[in-house]
Amino acid sequence: MGLEQVPHNFLTARLEDVVRWGRRNSVFPATFGLACCALEMMATGAAHYDLARFGMEVFRASPRQADLMIVAGRVSQKMAPVLRQVYDQMVEPKWVISMGVCASTGGMFNNYAIVQGVDQIVPVDVYTPGCPPGPETLMHGILTLHEQIRTGELLRRREASPTGGAGIVLDREPLPTSSPVS
Amino acid sequence: MADTTDTTTDEPRENDHEAPGPDDDVAAAVLGAFAGSVFVRSHGQPVVYVARGSFADVARYLRDEQQFSMLIDVTAVDHLLDGVRYSPPGVALERFEVVANYLSHVRNRRLRVICEVPAAEPSVPSLTPVFPGANFPERETFDMFGIAFEGHPDLTRILMPDDWEGHPLRKDFPVAKVPVTFKGDPSPR
Amino acid sequence: MTDTHHPDTSLQRQTDEGAQELVPRTRELVMTGGVWPEDTLGDTMIINMGPQHPSTHGVLRLMMELDGEEVLRIKPVIGYLHTGMEKTGEDLNYVQGTTNVTRMDYASNFSNELVFSLAVERLLDIDVPPRAAWIRMMMVELGRMASHLLFQATNGMDIGAVSMMLYGWREREECLRLFETITGLRMNCNYIRPGGVAADLPPGWRDHVLKVCDTVEAGVHEYDELLSDNPIWLERTVNVGVITTEECLAHSITGPILRSTGFAWDLRKAQPYLPYDEVEWDVVYASNGDVYDRYRIRLFEILESAKIVRQIVEKMPPGDFRVQDKKITPPPRARIDESMEALIHHFKLFTEGFKVPSGETYVAVESPRGEIGCYLVSDGSARPVRMHIRGPSFYNLQSITPMGGGSLVADAVAIVSSIDPIMGEVDR
Repeated sequence: MGLEQVPHNFLTARLEDVVRWGRRNSVFPATFGLACCALEMMATGAAHYDLARFGMEVFRASPRQADLMIVAGRVSQKMAPVLRQVYDQMVEPKWVISMGVCASTGGMFNNYAIVQGVDQIVPVDVYTPGCPPGPETLMHGILTLHEQIRTGELLRRREASPTGGAGIVLDREPLPTSSPVS
Repeated sequence: MADTTDTTTDEPRENDHEAPGPDDDVAAAVLGAFAGSVFVRSHGQPVVYVARGSFADVARYLRDEQQFSMLIDVTAVDHLLDGVRYSPPGVALERFEVVANYLSHVRNRRLRVICEVPAAEPSVPSLTPVFPGANFPERETFDMFGIAFEGHPDLTRILMPDDWEGHPLRKDFPVAKVPVTFKGDPSPR
Repeated sequence: MTDTHHPDTSLQRQTDEGAQELVPRTRELVMTGGVWPEDTLGDTMIINMGPQHPSTHGVLRLMMELDGEEVLRIKPVIGYLHTGMEKTGEDLNYVQGTTNVTRMDYASNFSNELVFSLAVERLLDIDVPPRAAWIRMMMVELGRMASHLLFQATNGMDIGAVSMMLYGWREREECLRLFETITGLRMNCNYIRPGGVAADLPPGWRDHVLKVCDTVEAGVHEYDELLSDNPIWLERTVNVGVITTEECLAHSITGPILRSTGFAWDLRKAQPYLPYDEVEWDVVYASNGDVYDRYRIRLFEILESAKIVRQIVEKMPPGDFRVQDKKITPPPRARIDESMEALIHHFKLFTEGFKVPSGETYVAVESPRGEIGCYLVSDGSARPVRMHIRGPSFYNLQSITPMGGGSLVADAVAIVSSIDPIMGEVDR
């Protein structure tokens, strides 16, 4: 049951807080390290800049078990459909952190090969700048996301927006998902 | 600090084009075996320009007769928009050049072999039968430049998606920059 | 224009800023279960590993034909990280070129910068001062240590020793912190530039470097104790992914993979491009050509690099850290206030860059993965006509096919990990 289906009144407000607290403290990132940023993401999960203290050291390989996709690195034209497919395989509620400038805007590679910003493909919740962002920057981005989960701001934004995210509209043929052929 | 066996000379910078009679014995052997080749010493490195048709034969000759055990690299250059094109004497220049670098471990030397490829007929014999390691780089050269390698077992795109149109490293393929604007900036860059 | 007192926070305001035309792709056949085409039925199964997979070291896709658990054929599919760096390299001038090149092999940034800088310097026919060469050598060897520590971490985790991940990163942090002190950045440093290095070593660098060497050496001995005689590790790695010297030479494979077959070829000894002949060190090689040998080689190469770095700390010559040619290297910042000429040189260098006479050259360097080369063609302008990087992992990946045929699926993971590919330089 999602929080969205629960009617919002003074009785369920406490329940919502507990659910949001639980979601925030046990975010499981999906492994989506693409390039140099992946090394800094692994460094953030390693011993010195420990992500485990935020409940996040378990990087789930299967997107079905993950709720956060940290797009770490540059997304090429060939990788874009794969990115979308992995995002679609994740179960709601899910969040996306765009790590580094290449994922946020295309970075220094403004050319034919790189998608200029992963928000052309998936809705992004937090952008972290840097090339690559140091572990402290990534942790700041993660903690910003945690704060937004805790206050419920993200869910409110999604309900308000017509496209359910950071304003992307997919007006072309939907990409294949991995649901079984019916 | 030279990485070739040539003795470093005090040649002035301009004098990169050698007179006939190469001072590199491997290059001399290649020139002897393949008529019409030209030797050049380029910044201290021996380079041989050969005819397009004998590109794979030169590779086989180097591997079998001259102990050049490894093909280091196969790539291409598009000279469409050159400012001052580097032009060694005796070589008929075309738009594309396909370049192969070879290394001999036992003799500890390198050799570069270049052939000119016209834009109208961009194809070169493949080196894969001689050096199987040429598989990936020739696919990449095909993908990026559109130069076909005859005899390659699987000449398909390797870096771009399979349905991509165009050959990105050609000079007439644009970098395809997306105009970037900043908040409050009236004009795109 | 937004009013600062009432900022527009509505999500309805969408812009076309940075919008890119994403050409609709034709449908690909995605196997999702259900009915398979007739010609794939049979005893063998073709499965796909990656490009998003925890063990593929980046975005590598492996098509494997399986007979039960045994891998009959394995074919790598690459291109998922193609960044158009060679095209971008033609668009950036020689001063900016290292920022581009350093992101190719992102585990050992200094090797990329070094090979590009050496190629540019060769086309310019200049030599860097001795101190610059020694600083470059030190940074490249420290980069080799950091890269091999990364290998130990990821290799250990892939084969199952998950704590190796944390140990490897623990030591690598020390190296990255040293890089931050010296170059300003942990990764993608853009420190080795044509003409020398970007800045001189900071005061107190000797103690810091020696401390890093001590920490890393202690860590390496820990990994050796943990893994090298461990029966599980030996079972997983000995005689797995065996390759012979002939196969390596035929497939253009260099680096630790070639050295694991018994062929002790290292460009630092054979064709030195930096003062490696003035320090004492040994080439590490093995004879079996399997995963275990490659692990051992990289482990001991860390120790050899530490040996080299310690000698550099003793022998570092004084002098300039970059060539004193005003047309190539920028003036020190303080001089810009004093001299008009310095200001103009700074301006010209950082807007237009310097021009390189027309020519072509190929320079090769020993990176932690093998021979990395830069083929540079110039035409007298400030931008290269062609900047091609011969990335060692691109060629080393071709070794999957001879190594992987006839192994088990679990071994395929170990084999890919022992090749140590970095997809940034594979796809460029």
